Amino acid sequence: MNPRNLPYMLLFPATAFLAVFFVYPFVLVAVQAFTNEAGFTLEHFQTMADDWKFKISFWNTILLAIAVVPLQTCLALMMAKLVTSITTGRDIYLYIFTIPLGISDLAAGIIWLAIFEQSGFLNTLLFTVGAIDQPVILLGYQSTWIIFLAVVLAELWRATAIMLVILVAGMGLIPKEYDEAAEVFGASRWQRFVKVTLPLLRPSLQTALILRTILAFEVFAVVAALGGTTLPVLMGETFKWQFEFRDESVAAALAMVILAISIGFTLFFLRALRVPKEAQI
Amino acid sequence: MSTATVKTDFRKKSRYLLMATTLMLCAWILVPIYLLVVNTLSTQEEVSSFPKAFIPSFNMENIMFFLQFQGVAFALLNSVLVAGMTMILSIGIGAPAGYALSRFEFKGKGAFRVLVLITRAFPLPLLALPLAVMFIRTGLDDTVFGLALVHTTLALPFAVLITFSLFSGIPIELEEAAWTLGCTRVQAFIKVIMPLVLPGIAASAIFAFVISWNEVFAAAVLTIQNKTLTAFLIQSLDESPLHLKFAGGLVLVIPALIFIFAVRKYLFAMWGIANR
Amino acid sequence: MAQIQIKNVAKNFGSFTALHSIDLTIADQEFMVLLGASGCGKTTLLRIIAGLETPSQGEVWIGDRRVDHLPPRERGIAMVFQNYAVFPHLTVFENIAFGLRMAKMNQEEVAKRVNRCAEMMHIEQLLERYSGQLSGGQRQRVAVARALAMEPDVILMDEPLSNLDALLRMEMRAELKGILAESNTTTIYVTHDQVEAMSMADRISVMHQGRIVQAASPIEVYRDPAARFVGSFIGNPPMNFLHATKKSNGRYSVAEREFDGPKDGPEKVEFAIRPEDLQPAEAGLDASVQVVEPLGPHQLLTCEVAGQPFRAVVESDLSFKTGDSVSFAPMAERIRWFDPESTKAL
Repeated sequence: MNPRNLPYMLLFPATAFLAVFFVYPFVLVAVQAFTNEAGFTLEHFQTMADDWKFKISFWNTILLAIAVVPLQTCLALMMAKLVTSITTGRDIYLYIFTIPLGISDLAAGIIWLAIFEQSGFLNTLLFTVGAIDQPVILLGYQSTWIIFLAVVLAELWRATAIMLVILVAGMGLIPKEYDEAAEVFGASRWQRFVKVTLPLLRPSLQTALILRTILAFEVFAVVAALGGTTLPVLMGETFKWQFEFRDESVAAALAMVILAISIGFTLFFLRALRVPKEAQI
Repeated sequence: MSTATVKTDFRKKSRYLLMATTLMLCAWILVPIYLLVVNTLSTQEEVSSFPKAFIPSFNMENIMFFLQFQGVAFALLNSVLVAGMTMILSIGIGAPAGYALSRFEFKGKGAFRVLVLITRAFPLPLLALPLAVMFIRTGLDDTVFGLALVHTTLALPFAVLITFSLFSGIPIELEEAAWTLGCTRVQAFIKVIMPLVLPGIAASAIFAFVISWNEVFAAAVLTIQNKTLTAFLIQSLDESPLHLKFAGGLVLVIPALIFIFAVRKYLFAMWGIANR
Repeated sequence: MAQIQIKNVAKNFGSFTALHSIDLTIADQEFMVLLGASGCGKTTLLRIIAGLETPSQGEVWIGDRRVDHLPPRERGIAMVFQNYAVFPHLTVFENIAFGLRMAKMNQEEVAKRVNRCAEMMHIEQLLERYSGQLSGGQRQRVAVARALAMEPDVILMDEPLSNLDALLRMEMRAELKGILAESNTTTIYVTHDQVEAMSMADRISVMHQGRIVQAASPIEVYRDPAARFVGSFIGNPPMNFLHATKKSNGRYSVAEREFDGPKDGPEKVEFAIRPEDLQPAEAGLDASVQVVEPLGPHQLLTCEVAGQPFRAVVESDLSFKTGDSVSFAPMAERIRWFDPESTKAL
């Protein structure tokens, strides 16, 4: 056997697998979204857009991402900085901070349901401190903003861990000398963080933001658990078109929309946080 | 007061602040899980009563009821099967690719890395839609294996990148030393590389397991008779009573707690090189 | 018998040529050092001999076998790596025994050989330890013992001492030389450290930009550099070079002095002299002292001669200071001449 072929043999299974189960189905989705019996058409997109819920779900999805991701980034940065500053018990804190990494969005939705439902812990707390005299419906259609808030909290709680892990790993790659050099030259703790750590962390920050934003556009189970259909989001609508209305073409069109915004934001982060090759560590 | 004591005073204060923030963040993570435990370990009446007790009555009836509920045991079994298959498939397919990326320079390496990275930029659960059609044609529809294939697509990029960083962490000199000492490529891999990467491989396998265990959308789209636990829960969200949801939630969470504990040492090493 | 022959070996990495057509013969039991700065191709050449790299062209012969198509394990070689490559998951004993076990040697013989090699390298008390419990120097010893245990025809060493601190390096240098001389193997030793090369080698191959510039005994390489590069690379401080112009046949003027030069040489040549082959004298090369560095046994003067940099090593009891004018008389038999066009010795 020629050793030159070895890497290709090793890569073949993964490449073939991705071709069949990633590239090919995406072509299928695209074809399904843009064609009918007669050929190319935008009618599925028309049907999709004509549904009064589309616009709402589109903006809900975007707004959720805008509310969650920046907050989450700050939280993850803070946690990462804390973890790297702590000396005693570092491992146990790290473990606790990363627990949500293993928790599914569905489970997270259920957990926050325990807090926000009518007989839940938030009502109990409000009742105990005397803010209310009887339990109120928090997750009803009258108060979509509370559902929105609950989803934001649940997403913050659940999905910060993945960013944290990426950022802590990234901080581990930055040699300590840079920070020490900045300290010697008189930079304060905050200045060091902003002027040294953050810029050097850009590649990791970029990965974390891309991954998180894409996942934010896929928000589905948390919303389903907390709000049912009161707070429609794109992924939930896709699910609905596929299952309740049995119209796979419109579901595919919705998938294209999610895909488009995902690619858009990925490109944005790739550009905005680009590190020129000569400036890398 | 001298500047030295001001300095230590300041240090002390900032240390307390650090500790307080850390503990608060721990509470932020742990309290919601605790509340879910409270709900699960309370009786059905307690769950829907008001106001709620913050300490559970340690009643097992709820969780037992859930586990004996029509379809739950089967869904649990399906979840484990799918996750197990995903684990084997993604490591079996991903590890060779990770090894190739870490050890060889070859044409197309860049293209392959782009392919792997691109998968992370797409909302992968959407694959489930066309695959549902494809599976019906091939008879894979509504099977645990079909779902495992989709979950492998989710887990594979991670498996490739994680094993890539694991193998990169092992100096090629070790392998070369084994070759000069009489090993074939395969022998060197088995005798030298395997023992060194095995814990890391196990960690990334568990990571793949968790990805599959937690996945909701594709599972709900692709399984009807053979539902996984997540598919079962999401489809019965509307009709099932609260105490059932909470018990289901806890059953979903517990393996996650254990798995993250098992792989905690590797989480960061896995991401260190992987995100480059 | 393990004479090594390298015939017309070249190596390209893409468009970069790491080795240009190398020809080299290493005699049985010879200690050959490949010396050069980083990136000169010495490690690539060693790895081609080991079988860790495939040559783009040419042949490698070990003994009377052509080996360039064989995997490392079939070449009868053992190798010591720069970072030692001691397997972290095996004890020292199992590390040394690794190759023997691969060769399916019986347990008794394995134990005997491991113990003998461990004794030779003074690590017999460490046999049950793991690599993580060893110091750099100890790991180095394990790596050498592991190679010796194979009783190979050829031992290849890739900068084996470069990760040790200075004192340990000097100790190991002497020890390695002794052990390898006893072992009757042919040794190829890669280093960038000229002291190591000078002190250990039977022969040194000086490499530069993918070519062997000179392959000769240490003293020859030092005294009679075949090219300007060798003179400037070997020796600390390196050789001095001054422009010279032809006065008459065999006579050259250097910084307003005349010397006997090569017969039938070109109009312009380079005059070369080692800094330690100079004596302060009444009449000689006129130099102005710029920096004085006392080095203990002697002192190093950095000067300028006719606008060109020039160094001299002189007795430490002579007193000099910056700005002094000194005349240096070069020892006539140590003067060398180089062709500035080809950079070869004349």
